[in-house]
Amino acid sequence: MRARSVSKTLGFESFMWLFMRLSGLAMYVFALTGLIIALFMGARTQMDMGTLLRWTFFPIGTHVTSSDILVLEQWINPFWSIIQYLVIAFATLHGTNGLRVVLEDYMDKGWSVYLLRGLLFVVWLFMLLVAFNLIQTSGAI
Amino acid sequence: MPLKRSVSLWQGLKYKGGGPMWAWILHRLSGLGILLFVGLHVLAAFMTAQFGSDAGIAINTIYESWAFQIIVYFSILFHVVNGLRVIVLDFWPALLEHEREAVWAEWFVIVPIFGLATYIIVTKALGG
Ligand code: HEM
Repeated sequence: MRARSVSKTLGFESFMWLFMRLSGLAMYVFALTGLIIALFMGARTQMDMGTLLRWTFFPIGTHVTSSDILVLEQWINPFWSIIQYLVIAFATLHGTNGLRVVLEDYMDKGWSVYLLRGLLFVVWLFMLLVAFNLIQTSGAI
Repeated sequence: MPLKRSVSLWQGLKYKGGGPMWAWILHRLSGLGILLFVGLHVLAAFMTAQFGSDAGIAINTIYESWAFQIIVYFSILFHVVNGLRVIVLDFWPALLEHEREAVWAEWFVIVPIFGLATYIIVTKALGG
């Protein structure tokens, strides 16, 4: 048994290795931002646990409008839109790269790896654009 | 070359990797699960918004059920807490000596947070 070989200089594989960790930390920052500000904005009394968790994971207006929140403008504004674009960009790339790592663990090196990467790149781009479109049309300015 | 895997599933399950091995397996499964969930969710919302599709609404009904939320919640909580452990130990390899203890510590964080939120979600769902 031997581990996957990773070159010492910063190549594609080691760059993605670093990206997985940094994007993980970034998502921590976004989630804690959403959670803490939500509590200050009255989530403790105006929202149930499920709604608060959905908001924490992804702070979009459609995740909270069915709860008892009072001041809608606090929850739907450009600040949260920017966070949403960032979370989606990090999460989709982190997720599709994770899928790539798992699949390549079970594949022979060769042209099929490049085919897979191309395919996953298209999937990632599609997910990104669809999600961006949703954010844009969700009324979040 | 991929890793040589001339072992059966049963042999694999008997391998005594302990806590960190199971944490790795759960991290993979939860990561793939979240990706599937996020992908379907985005697609469903998009279909509903753009085409008023019923399929999108059907998928959303499943997602909003409390049973499903608990499963998704566990996957996310585990992936996030275990992910932080992976990041910390990878950036400070000297700590790898304490990996087994770190995995135990993880569960001391996950179980109370998961239990408390699950309790609240379930009692609210059942109590109306
Ligand atoms: C705060 C949030 C998150 C943190 C801290 C985090 C952390 C990590 C880390 C450190 C890894 C690398 C593990 C390794 O190389 O062994 C990883 C892998 C992975 N993550 Fe995340 N992650 C987060 C959110 C997400 C989300 C939102 C998704 C899905 C969209 C996701 C899907 C995956 C997948 C599929 C893998 C690959 C699993 C593997 O290689 O075994 N993660 N995560």
